[in-house]
Amino acid sequence: MENKNNLSWPKCWKHSSKPHNFCPGCGHPIILKQLGHTIDELGIQSNTLFGIDIGCSLLAWNFFNVDTIQTHHGRTIPVMTGAKRSKPKMVSIAYLGDGGAYAIGMQHLISARIRNENITVIIVNNANYGMTGGQEAPTTIPGQITATTQSGADEFFTKGPELLSGASESPAYIARGSVDNPIQLKGFIKKAIEWQMTGKGFSFVEVLSFCPTNWRTDAKATIEFMNKLKSIYTIKEFTKENK
Amino acid sequence: MSKELLTGNEIIVRAALNAGAQAFFGYPITPATEIMAEWDTFYEKNRNNLLFLQTEDEMSAGFATIGAVVTGKKAFTATAGPGNILMQDAFSMAEAMQIPIVAIIGQRGGPSTASVIYSQQELTLTAFGGNGEGYRIVYSPSTIQELYDYTIKAFNTAWKYTTPTFVLTDGYTLKTRTNVEITRPKNLEKSFPMVLKSNKRGKKESEYVNLRNTYSVEEECFKNNKTLIEKWNKIKSQIEEHEVYELNKSKKDTLIIAHGNVASSAKQALYDTKKKSVKLFRPITVNPFPINALKKELKGIKQIIVTESANNQLLKLVKENLYGLNIPIKTYNKPALGITPEEIIELIKKNK
Ligand SMILES: Cc1ncc(C[n+]2csc(CCOP(=O)(O)OP(=O)(O)O)c2C)c(N)n1
Ligand code: SF4
Ligand SMILES: [Mg+2]
Repeated sequence: MENKNNLSWPKCWKHSSKPHNFCPGCGHPIILKQLGHTIDELGIQSNTLFGIDIGCSLLAWNFFNVDTIQTHHGRTIPVMTGAKRSKPKMVSIAYLGDGGAYAIGMQHLISARIRNENITVIIVNNANYGMTGGQEAPTTIPGQITATTQSGADEFFTKGPELLSGASESPAYIARGSVDNPIQLKGFIKKAIEWQMTGKGFSFVEVLSFCPTNWRTDAKATIEFMNKLKSIYTIKEFTKENK
Repeated sequence: MSKELLTGNEIIVRAALNAGAQAFFGYPITPATEIMAEWDTFYEKNRNNLLFLQTEDEMSAGFATIGAVVTGKKAFTATAGPGNILMQDAFSMAEAMQIPIVAIIGQRGGPSTASVIYSQQELTLTAFGGNGEGYRIVYSPSTIQELYDYTIKAFNTAWKYTTPTFVLTDGYTLKTRTNVEITRPKNLEKSFPMVLKSNKRGKKESEYVNLRNTYSVEEECFKNNKTLIEKWNKIKSQIEEHEVYELNKSKKDTLIIAHGNVASSAKQALYDTKKKSVKLFRPITVNPFPINALKKELKGIKQIIVTESANNQLLKLVKENLYGLNIPIKTYNKPALGITPEEIIELIKKNK
């Protein structure tokens, strides 16, 4: 059933694990809430395996009444690939940080896209390594101060959805959303999972997400930095449909 | 039962299939590559029931194997040398979470990329690689027939004890073509899913499985370690296997200890020399190491000779397990080189 106003807790919420352990103001719980609503709406609570990376995503290991497997940093995609190939009727969701996906696990991500693995990958882009205390990530933007770019990051950074769109000719659902527009985000996540459920292959959602702890921002500055991220990382669907 | 002329690599695939294996994930590396190619031969003919993926690297192969195993498939992989190093990433997770993956290790020379065909330098890595303490089962077969038998056993043991299980072999064994008896095993352990056990679940939290490998406080991590240790201590005596080879029951003063391929040479040497004062002890499970069985063989023994195609891997296990016993240990160790029966005959002569 559609949850229009998006206010209530998802049905698959695991109440005993709340309050959760993410920092106040973190974007992860917003994304997880949209994912939870999507799982409810699609009626896939009993048929989903939720794979979780190491990074702040690890805090989601018992977030839902959904079967989960936590893996090593960067290795969630191969685990979820093996699981999906072994049990094609289940829904396979890999949830990783930008470091897990675009640095240590990049070869798995690109390969999953190129092989058109029928899994859904959700990447949390918070422009840093949150869990380890705010080091430079592949997504850190030019000039950004982090623990390992103390005089400002260089001009090089990773645009995941763009990269994955170009990585293969085959159709794929690819989108970038952000936590400051949760309704739109839920739409992207839902389309991605439906893409998998109809057997179309690889689907991917990158989510621009708040990390006030490592951004060292108050509420206002958090929104400002999110807007800066959005000026660099375009919010849109990059989907390639079958011609 | 039938006799077939097969290479070690082909035998492993026959054994895996007869053990009920359903999935293989791998990345090419000599001398284990042909296991993957052979699996593909069967896979092409039976795509509805078998799974195969050549992955982008060994980490992916190891973790994809884990993914298939947790959903209930008997899945395995095969690797060697530098691939074994990368796969420790996945193996350590399988060890921590006691996920019954099976891996065939075709030892090649080390350290590093080194040589491609033979060594015994991956014992320590296979049994104790990673930041755990070796809660994994490692068989070291000595003949091609055993390669068949213990590959089947590896699947059974893995699923019976839900513990990652390894067959530690080498390129010499894998590339040899010979006649083996292909028997169909009578009893097979069943595989089972660790997640998604039912499609119809309700609201109860206890109906859902949340698996993890990381802990936020030391006490939780300690608790997991204690669980691992207790399980290991409970199961290891049921798993330990060894062989003693001697020409007759007369008094022995010398004990040779060897495993795998080198143990084969030692057996042949004992047979050829007809030397009655020497016997061979061969751990078949190098992990768990058959300590009590070894201790039983020490009566009257004046010297131990450890011989291996490594500098000090089996040796370390022997020393650790015989701590406090004052029997001199001599060594004949040749990392990355084979050891022939003739060399062992010489060794026996020199150490009279
Ligand atoms: C193999 C390995 N290397 C390094 C680490 C340490 N580590 C843990 S989380 C992390 C980075 C997490 O950043 P990201 O993936 O962006 O997730 P976030 O915490 O920002 O959500 C690192 C480097 C690890 N756990 N494993
Ligand atoms: S460090 Fe950042 S990403 Fe991690 S929980 Fe805190 S706010 Fe969220
Ligand atoms: Mg991050």
